[in-house]
Amino acid sequence: MTESAVKQFVNRNWQRLIVAVPYLWLLVFFLAPFAIILKISVADPVIAQPPFTPAFDETGRLQATWDNFTFLLTDKLYAITYLKSVTMAASATVLCLLIGFPMAYGIARASAGVRNLLLLLIILPFWISFLLRVYAWMGLMNNYGVINNFLIWLGVIDQPMQLMYRDFAIYVGLVYSYLPFMILPLYATLERMDLDLVDAAMDLGASPSVAFFDVTWPLARPGVVAGCLLVFIPAIGEYVIPYLLGGPEALLIGRVLFDEFFVNRDWPLASAVAIVLLLLLVVPIVLLQRSQARDTELAS
Amino acid sequence: MKRRSAFVLSALAFGYAFLYVPLASVIFYSFNDSRLATVWGGFSTRWYGELWGNDQVLDAAFLSLRIAVTSATLATVLGTLAGLALVRVTRFRGRTLFSAMITSPLVMPEVITGLSLLLLFVSLQQLVGWPAQRGFSTITIAHTTFSMAYVAVVVRSRLAAMDQSLEEAAMDLGGRPLRVLVDITLPLIYPAMLAGWLLAFTLSLDDLVIASFVSGPGSNTLPMYIFSKVKLGVTPDINALASLVILFVSAGVLLAWLVTRRGPGQPGRT
Repeated sequence: MTESAVKQFVNRNWQRLIVAVPYLWLLVFFLAPFAIILKISVADPVIAQPPFTPAFDETGRLQATWDNFTFLLTDKLYAITYLKSVTMAASATVLCLLIGFPMAYGIARASAGVRNLLLLLIILPFWISFLLRVYAWMGLMNNYGVINNFLIWLGVIDQPMQLMYRDFAIYVGLVYSYLPFMILPLYATLERMDLDLVDAAMDLGASPSVAFFDVTWPLARPGVVAGCLLVFIPAIGEYVIPYLLGGPEALLIGRVLFDEFFVNRDWPLASAVAIVLLLLLVVPIVLLQRSQARDTELAS
Repeated sequence: MKRRSAFVLSALAFGYAFLYVPLASVIFYSFNDSRLATVWGGFSTRWYGELWGNDQVLDAAFLSLRIAVTSATLATVLGTLAGLALVRVTRFRGRTLFSAMITSPLVMPEVITGLSLLLLFVSLQQLVGWPAQRGFSTITIAHTTFSMAYVAVVVRSRLAAMDQSLEEAAMDLGGRPLRVLVDITLPLIYPAMLAGWLLAFTLSLDDLVIASFVSGPGSNTLPMYIFSKVKLGVTPDINALASLVILFVSAGVLLAWLVTRRGPGQPGRT
């Protein structure tokens, strides 16, 4: 009768069980790894397997050093890399907002049947491999790619333009990949919005631009905030897009971390790079969680 | 409204063209006979045939599918439990830490998740000798960890929107918690679990960065194989592979859309 014993155990402890099982998993595979990153970020690199000094030496003394962090903060290359990652992610976010807002507005204002289809077409690319969508742009932006061939055929240019391996190409890749993340939360707030308010403002003599900035924009703010954070946060650590579309000088932080780890095999420095990146993201991540908590409150 | 609608319409047209022209162009050029991927050399399906004969692609695809099915299933179990814990167990020690850990993987940069998990696996190997080698098991664990967060969020919003009175009634009538879970709660939340499973499955198939960190020599997932090829430029056989993925996924999503549209009214956002 072991089965009924198991059942009894589950019935008596079900609350504890549904908490404990995922909790344990996350402690082992989510929290513990961060403790390890922290530990390795204060170690020294050595040529050994694994390539860093243990936390305690043979005599049991703690060996920890701030060297990796002081190096990161004083080395100009890293400062430039972090700054460039932040500015590129921020610019891509603004571009996504400029393209995504009118689209979300259009979708929210379409008739119900059309709206579902339009929404589906926004979500669909998200299900198709991210890597392959970035790859698609390689074929378009090549020197002998579709865009150049088309422009030459039109007679606009007679020499292929250099589109790939420049910051321009990274922006295209970022905006293309993250646009759905901007449109969906924007759509969700715009769809909830009461259109009569805009009409009322216009009836009372507000010009379209005044109505937009005084009525639509403030009401859409939660969606704007959520959308911007959902684009900005993943864009900062992006690895694939700068690697495939950007040039060799496109030093963005995701790629630097990857190379520091795999090419230079400097595990302590790579860990320190990860921690500084995480610190940069703390504020946006907290903002996002707060805006999502507010959203679930509104929905329920 | 009226005055702006021309602007909105053109924004929509431009936006959708921006989203779909690249995909269309990949499909178009996959039927290109020329070895030079962007010079048109006549219609041909030979790249699809070559794909079928390429063992590396098939092995990588098979490994990716095995990882995706296993990790999506594990993530659905763990994520559903986590969702239940968050909504139905209102007080327990460390609840704040728990809910923070559940939602953080959603926004964690992939490079950090990948690096931290690899360092964990290396340390574990030193301490307890497991995992002896990295590959299927380590990638599956990594994918389960980040995709269970997505499942938990989907299940949680379904549970929060659900009427609790059915469960309470079953409990009042003497239903044991396990029975109530199996007979009442799970049938009510299974659409969310299914959506979560599909999401986890797709995320796993899609992941390149985390898998690159935690895999060992010799185990290449499909995205890793594709990445190693496209680093060197556009090739016609990857065009064919990409087209197959695009068509397969589009068909699946359209089918799911048509089925759920006829089903009982449930929130369209997943």
